[in-house]
Amino acid sequence: MSLITARGLALQFGGVRVLHDIDFTIERGEIVTIVGPNGSGKTSLLRALLGVVPPTKGKITRAKGLRVGYVPQRLHIDPGLPLPVARFLSLPLRAERAAMEAALARVGVPGVIGQNMATLSGGQFQRVLLARALLGKPDILMLDEPTAGLDQPGVASFYQLIEDVRRETGCAVLSVSHDLHVVMAASDRVICVNGHICCEGAPHVVRAAPEYRALFGFGTGGALALYQHDHDHEHDHAGHNHAEHEHD
Amino acid sequence: MLDDFLTRAFLAGLAVALATGPLGCFVVWRRMAYFGDATAHAAILGVALALGFQISIFVGTMLIALVMAMVVSVLAGRGWAMDTTLGVLAHSALAFGLVAVSFLPNVRVDLTAYLFGDILAVSRFDLAVIAGGSALVLGLIWWRWSALLTATLSEDLAHASGIDPARERMVLTLALAVVVAVALKIVGALLIAALLIIPAAAARNLASSPEAMGVAAVGIGGVSVWGGLQLSLLQDTPSGPSIVVVAALIFGVSTFGAALLARLRAR
Repeated sequence: MSLITARGLALQFGGVRVLHDIDFTIERGEIVTIVGPNGSGKTSLLRALLGVVPPTKGKITRAKGLRVGYVPQRLHIDPGLPLPVARFLSLPLRAERAAMEAALARVGVPGVIGQNMATLSGGQFQRVLLARALLGKPDILMLDEPTAGLDQPGVASFYQLIEDVRRETGCAVLSVSHDLHVVMAASDRVICVNGHICCEGAPHVVRAAPEYRALFGFGTGGALALYQHDHDHEHDHAGHNHAEHEHD
Repeated sequence: MLDDFLTRAFLAGLAVALATGPLGCFVVWRRMAYFGDATAHAAILGVALALGFQISIFVGTMLIALVMAMVVSVLAGRGWAMDTTLGVLAHSALAFGLVAVSFLPNVRVDLTAYLFGDILAVSRFDLAVIAGGSALVLGLIWWRWSALLTATLSEDLAHASGIDPARERMVLTLALAVVVAVALKIVGALLIAALLIIPAAAARNLASSPEAMGVAAVGIGGVSVWGGLQLSLLQDTPSGPSIVVVAALIFGVSTFGAALLARLRAR
């Protein structure tokens, strides 16, 4: 059974149509990336799939007992709230200290458990968010532009980490991104959103699609392209049958 | 023991501090200071209605505080900035309340008691109501603590963990209404928000975890009540404001102390 399915999904905020006619599924273990320009409704789509905003039209079905690990784009912690990393990892369900240390080590920040969240760097902070998501043994990781604010090597290693985690735990990964040149290569499937689903498929299919080019042009070139090139060979093995997901 | 008015006053204040400590932390963390103020000011309207309809002041203020909190939630996000909405509602509620009281026939109400509190006049029955209300709030927050904290951090994060942030907001709204109703007697409508915010803010300087901050806020609230009563006794000052003055002094000292400590450590 699919982890999350949306049929004929539409979203309106204050009479403004944000999304319409969205058909979406994500299977166990799949890496799916939602890309779109600013204001395309990509984050709204993720939040609808998360269950934060009720759909205006259409239906969203989640697998029974689905465990979601959510990594928000930003987490503003009020300076009035003293929050040690260990306490954050235990929200809302208490986690064992050994499990917390293992999760932090897994995401590459083994030493921060005694620190306060406010003292972490941007990269450490994102990794702690990921560690918290992993502690819940999720069936699916949902990431909203998780690398916003990270530098290029930081983004690369973060996405590498996500891939490794997927390989180890078999959890599905649904992420939203606008830096698609970086994330595209790691994905089994890319969904290009601009109010509706413009095109969908394997990264190289979407990259070549005229709808995608119309939205994004021919990319940013330079440094980003270098990285993308670097990773192209690694991910072509994902032997997914994309035909069944094509937008109809 | 309960025959002594000072003992009753102290116990009542301590009971309120037990509730305002952890609740005040959430008010600080969620930036609800003005929200607390609006709810508290509405209490005067509750007093007027309670006197007019001859129902218990406690019930009247709690109901109006609840209605106020609901109105704020409904109006929030309707085009006005939150602080404008709250500013309109807080002061309107107070003004309507004061005007409404003046309409009451045959009742000469001493409003000072409701505006600034009358902790020294706490009866055994008052004490029981205050203790009951505080226990309710403390229990509510204790029960929902982790969910409240998660929802405070991020509503989306809460959703992903299966927590309904709207429900947690409701819990806080309810707790706030009860606290306003029980604290009216202690510090009065104008200073209830102070009792929520100042101990919590002072506790922030001492605490390194959310739980520690809640406990410290209770402690600081308790000390403020005790100190305020002493001040009131020795210098014949109004007791409600005296409690807030002591809390403010503790805030000043803890802020200064924390800054000093940080500077010493940095050396």
